[in-house]
Amino acid sequence: MLYREAGQFKVSYQEDQQIFPIRQDRVGFIAILGFFFLVLPFLASEYWLQAILIPVLIFSLAAIGLNILTGYAGQLSLGSAAFMAVGAFGAYNFMLRVDGMPFLVALAIGGLCAALVGVAFGLPSLRIKGFYLAVATLAAQFFIVWALVKFPWFSNNSSSGVISAQQIEILGFAFDTPVSKYLLTLGIVAVLALAAKNLVRSTTGRSWMAVRDMDVAAEVIGIRPMFAKLSAFAVSSFYCGVAGALYAYAYLGTVEPEGFNLDLSFKILFMIIIGGVGSIMGSFLGAAFIVLLPIFLNVAMHSLFAGSMPAGLGSNLELIIFGGLIIFFLIVEPHGLARLWQIGKEKLRLWPFPH
Amino acid sequence: MGFFFEVLIGGLLSGVLYALVALGFVLIYKASGVFNFAQGAMVFFAALTFVGFQEVLPGWTGLDADSNVVFWLAFVLALAAMIVLGILTEKVVLRPLVNQPHITLFMATIGLTFLIEGIAQALWGANVRGLSLGIADEPVEWIMESADILVSKFDLFAATLAGALVASLALFFQYTKVGRALRAVADDHQAALSIGIPLQHIWAIVWAVAGFVALVAGLIWGARSGVQFALTFTALKALPVLILGGFTSVPGAIVGGLIIGASEKLAEVYIGPFVGGGIEGWFPYVLALGFLLIRPEGLFGERHIDRV
Amino acid sequence: MMMNDLIQVAPVAQPPVAERRIGDVILDLQGISLSFGGVKALTNISFDVREHEIRSIIGPNGAGKSSMLNVINGVYHPQEGRIMFRGELRQKMEPHVAAAQGIARTFQNIALFKGMSVLDNIMTGRNLKMKCNLFQHALYWGRARQEEIEHRLKVEEVIDFLEIQGIRKTPVGRLPYGLQKRVELGRALAAEPSLLLLDEPMAGMNVEEKQDMCRFILDVNDQFGTTIVLIEHDMGVVMDISDRVVVLDYGKKIGDGAPDEVKNNPEVIAAYLGTSH
Repeated sequence: MLYREAGQFKVSYQEDQQIFPIRQDRVGFIAILGFFFLVLPFLASEYWLQAILIPVLIFSLAAIGLNILTGYAGQLSLGSAAFMAVGAFGAYNFMLRVDGMPFLVALAIGGLCAALVGVAFGLPSLRIKGFYLAVATLAAQFFIVWALVKFPWFSNNSSSGVISAQQIEILGFAFDTPVSKYLLTLGIVAVLALAAKNLVRSTTGRSWMAVRDMDVAAEVIGIRPMFAKLSAFAVSSFYCGVAGALYAYAYLGTVEPEGFNLDLSFKILFMIIIGGVGSIMGSFLGAAFIVLLPIFLNVAMHSLFAGSMPAGLGSNLELIIFGGLIIFFLIVEPHGLARLWQIGKEKLRLWPFPH
Repeated sequence: MGFFFEVLIGGLLSGVLYALVALGFVLIYKASGVFNFAQGAMVFFAALTFVGFQEVLPGWTGLDADSNVVFWLAFVLALAAMIVLGILTEKVVLRPLVNQPHITLFMATIGLTFLIEGIAQALWGANVRGLSLGIADEPVEWIMESADILVSKFDLFAATLAGALVASLALFFQYTKVGRALRAVADDHQAALSIGIPLQHIWAIVWAVAGFVALVAGLIWGARSGVQFALTFTALKALPVLILGGFTSVPGAIVGGLIIGASEKLAEVYIGPFVGGGIEGWFPYVLALGFLLIRPEGLFGERHIDRV
Repeated sequence: MMMNDLIQVAPVAQPPVAERRIGDVILDLQGISLSFGGVKALTNISFDVREHEIRSIIGPNGAGKSSMLNVINGVYHPQEGRIMFRGELRQKMEPHVAAAQGIARTFQNIALFKGMSVLDNIMTGRNLKMKCNLFQHALYWGRARQEEIEHRLKVEEVIDFLEIQGIRKTPVGRLPYGLQKRVELGRALAAEPSLLLLDEPMAGMNVEEKQDMCRFILDVNDQFGTTIVLIEHDMGVVMDISDRVVVLDYGKKIGDGAPDEVKNNPEVIAAYLGTSH
């Protein structure tokens, strides 16, 4: 009943082109944002903030990055984790080697490093498509992790490339508690998510999708596939890079290149498949789902077996459920949770009078 | 010079194993256009199932664990398991996804990879196991004496086996009715359907054959490096092979495998020391990528013309 | 009824109108040869297109008509021959250069962006005219938003022209075939082209849809002065609305001229009806 757009008339194209053209959506969104910014920091325990909310936010950002490349521009990547690594190590080195480097600038530079590397590994996309390209991004995955381990300069000569992120400090304020780190992460992710949404609803996003859907036709109406693809690689890698830097600075504190392995790349891919390919909101839903599922499974298994759980069953079950879910979603709802959400909303618009 | 040839031959022989895994990819890709990322997981599943049966069969039947009967019984059971897996995959995963974009199918096989890995370890446990085919990993004497090059008996055996497998598959596809139907399906699904070739039947057969190939590859790899989770990474080794050889070509898989195997070993030995070593992991990819830029369809692949 | 009106304004029947309307040669193809591997798609084809005219290319299936369009806007690059467009002589066209110079087209097999709405599809047609960069898009504020709205206005004009207001937010994949063809025309029109290439715009349509499409084509030609190169199998339509017709067969040009001349050309008749040797 409450969710109706009746009586809301759009009188300008500007109103029609808003992110949330329906008033209830706008109100709801602001309420959710307010809840995450103002209420959750007081409600959530340190465990929730540090072990669930922060990683969900960071992975959402990485998933947005991959979604821009795969969901919007149609270029499948299996190397997202490597671009995260570039971001983390880039930010680390700039913090380390430049005196008085502000954290947010280092974060942005980390993202830019990832963007540059992303463009370099995106170059093959100009000639190859589909899984050929997926294989090219695998090359990025292996090469980058190898390079970060093999060249000690990147990790300031630490053994096997482990780095310890410096303290985050902005304008003299130290972000050293879970709440402050959470709020910082939330702020950065919110701004970047908005920027991503803006990109995908503008000419840039349309040219990405055009190249995804039919590259010959895109070229014929004057979209340069080269620019569209490389800009998608750059923006996507930038997002992954910033996510990687946050992963090191706001989440783990200590990271090593091997931590950004192929498994992590797959995890991010699964986030967008389950959350919704080609949807910014889906990136958040997918990240939350993939982070929460193992925790939920763990709790469920423990209460089920009460401590006498067979060794390894948990991780195997996780593999089986992840794999099964991916197949399930691809078959049943290829647009993921985001689409289910949309269907729910459309039902709600008609409720309680569906005819 | 002897050392160079040793490295080269060692590389070629491991290349044969890459080719074996790549062959599984090619079969499925040719028949159904699916790029089966789960081929590596199938290799793992096959080897683990084989070793698992070898362990439990003596208890079930009272036979001696080292007897040939147990070996072949385990082989047959593992083969049966692979065929069932292949048919199930076709029915449960691929049939509902018919006519979906290739990328979707590819992602589905990534999901399948996780699923198979999880099931394999849940059934048989995750311990590393040894696997013996009864061929010692020692140098062949007459080659050592005549040319002063170390060539492992086991590697030679593996190469022969792989060669025989490839040859018999080639004959199978060239001269049997199923083989002809398969080639028709590979050429054009719709056309094959319209002349009454049972498409899904053919796909099930192909997946079963790919399962068989995975079993052979799993046995050889397993005997070489132990049956362990790392077997799934054979898929990652096979990808550059496919790029080099082309996704649709059986000879391409073989030649590509040999080139990748030889060049990665040579690169490791001759370039590796300059950059800190460990370049085997990515060198094949870079090689394959470089190659792609020159010839996007691979050595033996078919050139594709976009019609608009 | 609509059809009859149109036929009356068809220039063939009224030479004086045609002369006044049609301008100089804007596109001149000289000795174009194109082959794929060993297969010859086009052999030494030359013809020209004059400003404001409707120039049709006809011929049996596989004659090389679509290849011809692909050469004009640079999807295919001919091995031999030259293309002169608006006074510039080139060996080959590049698709985005062609687009920038005002050549737009539709495809034989609909080439819409399936994952996007009708509105977004047509908006892509404005792509070349939009000047904001990626960073401005990320902000979506001020200039970028202003630009989005300005071009939306243009796109709405196209939507009104093609009478597809009701489906502007629908994903194109859900539309019936005839409407998809119309949206594709809309995308091409949004670019405000001076030369419009239409590859079988009426294929697979029923009579009513064909009439609509004919009306749109003639209106575009009439109102905006757009030069049109048309591939079409429906001879009735071709003979009615074309100013001049080129006939291809097996990649060779076998006829060229006003519809009436072409109709009576023995080679053309042979190609269409077969001939006894």
